[in-house]
Amino acid sequence: MRLLEALNRVSLGQYTLLEKEIIGSQYCRLVFLAPSVAGAAQPGQFVMIYPPNAGVQKILPRPFSIFAADRETGQLTVFFRIIGTGTALLSLSEPGTELKIMGPLGKGFPVPPAGSLLVAGGIGMAPLVFLAASVKVELNFIYGVANSEQFSCPLDYINQPNLVLHEVTEDGSRGELGSAVDLFRRLLPRAEAVFACGPRTMLEIVARDCLDSGVAAWVSLEERMACGIGACRGCAVMTKNGYQRVCSDGPVFPVEEVFFHGRT
Amino acid sequence: MAEPDLRVNLGGIKLQTPILAASGPYGSGLEYPKMAPCGALGAIIVKGISVDPWLGNPPPRLVETASGLLNSIGLQNPGLKFFVDHDLPALRKLGPKIIVNIIGRTVEEYAAVASELNGLPGVDGLEVNISCPNLKAGGMAFGTNPALTAEVVKAVRAKTVLPLLVKLTPNVTDIALIAKTAEEAGADVISLINTLSGMLIDIEKVEPVLGNAFGGLSGPAIMPVALKMVWQVAETVSVPILGMGGITSAEDALQFIMAGARAVALGSGLFYDPALPDKVKKGIAGYLQRRGISSLSLIEGSARKGDTNNEPC
Repeated sequence: MRLLEALNRVSLGQYTLLEKEIIGSQYCRLVFLAPSVAGAAQPGQFVMIYPPNAGVQKILPRPFSIFAADRETGQLTVFFRIIGTGTALLSLSEPGTELKIMGPLGKGFPVPPAGSLLVAGGIGMAPLVFLAASVKVELNFIYGVANSEQFSCPLDYINQPNLVLHEVTEDGSRGELGSAVDLFRRLLPRAEAVFACGPRTMLEIVARDCLDSGVAAWVSLEERMACGIGACRGCAVMTKNGYQRVCSDGPVFPVEEVFFHGRT
Repeated sequence: MAEPDLRVNLGGIKLQTPILAASGPYGSGLEYPKMAPCGALGAIIVKGISVDPWLGNPPPRLVETASGLLNSIGLQNPGLKFFVDHDLPALRKLGPKIIVNIIGRTVEEYAAVASELNGLPGVDGLEVNISCPNLKAGGMAFGTNPALTAEVVKAVRAKTVLPLLVKLTPNVTDIALIAKTAEEAGADVISLINTLSGMLIDIEKVEPVLGNAFGGLSGPAIMPVALKMVWQVAETVSVPILGMGGITSAEDALQFIMAGARAVALGSGLFYDPALPDKVKKGIAGYLQRRGISSLSLIEGSARKGDTNNEPC
């Protein structure tokens, strides 16, 4: 039923790329004019973008968390790490070209209560920036990366009046020295709820600590996908209810569903 | 000239178009029609159904390859009861004919699914996936051995009056022998090909990419292999053939028809383009129209031109 509801608002179409920014050597931000996608997007949902000039060489679309969606301007932004040929092809697209996009897809985050703690590891910040921007309540936002070069998100996206940003790098080159997990452990006692996205090892620790301390928590998971709409069963993740589809049962799951005995 | 006639009779199933959704990528049959209309499809082949639910394989379950897709989903499915109670009533309303792909670990399991589906309103045919490992034969796939193929097809045939498609695995020495065996055991249609067996290794983690290590390769990469096998099987059997394997365009589909297939199925191609069925239908119709051919059936096997003595390389 959840899937049906989500799919009712999904569109599949060609959308114009308005803006492209390459950040450092590894990151890319793309802004599309996609009113029907942006208008329906909820934080935590994702879109499938079809790499350009492909279809034979590359046959799969690529899933990206929605980084920003502006109902009024119809702009949809994704922010990703250039990590393989699919993302490399997308990063070569020039503004003015049209790309095929399907979305918004999947089940997003619930509305965070005041005092929520958002924990972002690396590029996992993308869906959490959208989540933070969607509410007015006070939030703590941990943004942990390996070094300052990986601090990819432009601050004007995160610097909102309702949000206390905690920057942390593993080499101390920016913000605090340490890991997102160190900060998370310090801030957890004051957290009303936790929302996390990042590397699997980070999510496992976040989930275990939240379960131990009884704090409600949600994580956004990542898995390779083919269809993006629940048909192919390619993006399965083990949950306490058996294999679930990251694309349509998730990508956001309550931690007790996916980290039920310390594994996913 | 008038619109060319795309209708075909696939082993007793009368199809409005020769384009089917292959079992697997199209899921339960209910997900894609919400994204793209399914009116161009003559039939939907529902993802494999077993007696009891199958959990599927551990993730990662898929990875893109050069012009292809390697998957080890593991035939995850909700089982026969869920299919009949939940999916079938909704599938009946879609329009295209419904063919149910059936799977099992033993001959008895295949027969049980066939028996339950026989005579159910809304089921227009069965497709037997004989690529499953046979638990009683040390995990050997039914479809790699003529005796096991005959056994499972006969068992299903005995339980159903529905048109029966048998879907062959390409991972065999002599596909024509298996096709002939399936025909003699009662197949009304031969479907081919299923995925080619393959694997990839992650050199950073120093382990196979797929959770199941081995997977099945699909997509444009396998299209020439599939086409050649359809050609070979068309030489051998007299029942119609449903051709599939890496089709991403009307041009690909036409090649399968000219090699001897009566109809074609689309699989991984749907991932890149959910609207592919419509494009293939229009492309086929346009080709026929340009050449003044009134009916698709006139070009079935047309590339063969009596040439039946090819070197086996």
